[in-house]
Amino acid sequence: MSRTVLVTGVSRYLGGRMAAILADDPCIDRVIGVDVVAPDSPIDGIEFVRADIRNPVIAKVLGEAGVDTVVHMGVIATPKQAGGRSTMKEINVIGTMQLLAACQRTPSVEKLVVKSTAAVYGSGPKDPAMFTEEMEPRHSPTSGWPKDSAEVETYVRGFARRRPDVAVTTLRFANFIGPKVQTALTSYFVQPVIPTVLGFDPRLQFIHEDDGLAALQHAIVERRTGTFNIAGDGVLTLSQAVRRTGRSSVAVPSLFFSLVGRSVFKSGLVDYSDEAMRYLTYGRALDTSAMRDRLGFQPAFSSEEAFTSFVRAYSDDAEADVA
Amino acid sequence: MPDADVIAFEPRDGEPTVGPSKAARMVGNTGPKPPAPKPDVAPVVAPVEKKKRKKVLVEPDPTQDEPNEIDLIPDEDVEGWMEFARRRLRGDYSVDDFGFDPELTDRVLLALARPLYKSWFRVETTGLENIPSDSAALVVANHSGTIAVDSIMAQVALHDEHPGHRHLRMLGANLVFQTPFLGEVARKAGHTLACHPDAERLLSDGEVVGVWPEGFKGIGKPFSQRYKLQRFGRGGFVAAAIKTGSPIVPTAIVGAEEIYPMIYNSRTIARILGLPYFPITPTFPWLGPLGMVPLPSKWLIHFGDPIPTDHYPPSAADDPMVVFELTDQVREQIQQSLYRLLIKRPSAFG
Repeated sequence: MSRTVLVTGVSRYLGGRMAAILADDPCIDRVIGVDVVAPDSPIDGIEFVRADIRNPVIAKVLGEAGVDTVVHMGVIATPKQAGGRSTMKEINVIGTMQLLAACQRTPSVEKLVVKSTAAVYGSGPKDPAMFTEEMEPRHSPTSGWPKDSAEVETYVRGFARRRPDVAVTTLRFANFIGPKVQTALTSYFVQPVIPTVLGFDPRLQFIHEDDGLAALQHAIVERRTGTFNIAGDGVLTLSQAVRRTGRSSVAVPSLFFSLVGRSVFKSGLVDYSDEAMRYLTYGRALDTSAMRDRLGFQPAFSSEEAFTSFVRAYSDDAEADVA
Repeated sequence: MPDADVIAFEPRDGEPTVGPSKAARMVGNTGPKPPAPKPDVAPVVAPVEKKKRKKVLVEPDPTQDEPNEIDLIPDEDVEGWMEFARRRLRGDYSVDDFGFDPELTDRVLLALARPLYKSWFRVETTGLENIPSDSAALVVANHSGTIAVDSIMAQVALHDEHPGHRHLRMLGANLVFQTPFLGEVARKAGHTLACHPDAERLLSDGEVVGVWPEGFKGIGKPFSQRYKLQRFGRGGFVAAAIKTGSPIVPTAIVGAEEIYPMIYNSRTIARILGLPYFPITPTFPWLGPLGMVPLPSKWLIHFGDPIPTDHYPPSAADDPMVVFELTDQVREQIQQSLYRLLIKRPSAFG
């Protein structure tokens, strides 16, 4: 059986690597990458289509290529990557709606894999220690990327109802971390002084970038439908993580955290939205037994090891800079 | 403390069957003494009040803890503490999924509570054989004392006196986890939110889980209601025990009622501060921080006969009748055990 996979969001780091991995996979014949902008360097073995998933052009691409598997990695996490919050929201929500509409109209589509995030669970003091997939959020996310992702998941569920013949897999990832990936959280940890919320020490969970991509690949190749939490084993507390980076931290009362963050600590992709602050206050952890038992996937790195690989890569970089 | 005998508990000693209604009559005149009676033994560090303790924990500083430790753990060498501090500063330790930090708990948190347990409250613990050494159990206890010191003492008891050195993993209200510092320390000491998934997860992992089903109704009750069990929530703890087949250990704690005798609950201040209650005791808030020093009452903790739940089918957890009956049985057993301990105790401060 020939397989044609369409990947959205290939011009960003994870999407690009995903497309390259799929291009190398012998069970996959053709990989089509889609994004609004061209990737920095061409990815070997994939056909790049510069298309905006916010308009119906995407349906044409799907139909003409006879795509059977769609991998949706086009949800953007920080406004900076999109050029503003309203563009980000449009790409995330309207883009997903367009993509799903196109999938619904394309009979050849038989599998949809969505990269979602654990942020859809929100975070707050009433959270259970670990979230399983069927739990409802106790503190629903109200803004930004977590809210977009929650909406994206709603549309994906709607799509799954309308096209029951399509195998839909949603993966809710803990925070990606590793030597190369850049997220709001990695930018947070490379600040010279790291602000934390006074009186709180959240539990954090990480997924190594290689493991995250392997989980997506696993979901694409195997036919396991459903929603799965994906995270490295174990948790780290924020204070522990900060100590491991060897940087200093300063505790800021929660009342001023966003303000101080935005004015004093503004750097890179760091996010000081209220949603981000809630996460840095209460943290979150995922139950990953479904990932192991039903999806049949086991990450190679624990949360702790994933974080260590990030710290090591960063200190190597710093040494290289000095040299 | 000769004047301590004045505390009118004696009548109860003779007639255990007289319910706590008698206690109600004693309210006015019972005003236990301000913290003047200094017990002979208490080390200087004993009455570290809650807030102070928390601050120490954020940055475990070995030099600061050392003096406390030396008389408690004489063999503890400086080298070990240095190594401990180095590892902590590197973040080189691990916490479990709940955020429980066993090393910090053993070395620092329990060490800080120990003087209170040993010298200040002179806790006597019985019935430890009712707690398994390596499997799950659900400890259900009465709650009292305005501040949940009773739960900390139960944790020290299980860790220090039980042959298996068990860590008591408690289930707390969400107020605990949204309060700065308190929530942080609670997680590090192994506690988590009182909710079904967490209770079942801990019990299936074979942990000893502690619940205080009276909740704020228990710790925030007036002194006149002492040793009178309040309503037991919705029995969620029983359902969790049945689902995991874990034995329930009804536990009675005597002594906590007298540490901060609450003579009045200022609802207005409580509402302003967003607290479930605001205690007025003979010493608090009149004496300021000094009023937060707990009175040195005499404590007895008894872990009662376990009630097995493994003969119920898991579906019984969804049968409200079974759950209510079992809840009542647990409640009754704790109340009886409280009366027995009260008779055994010579006096509230003896």
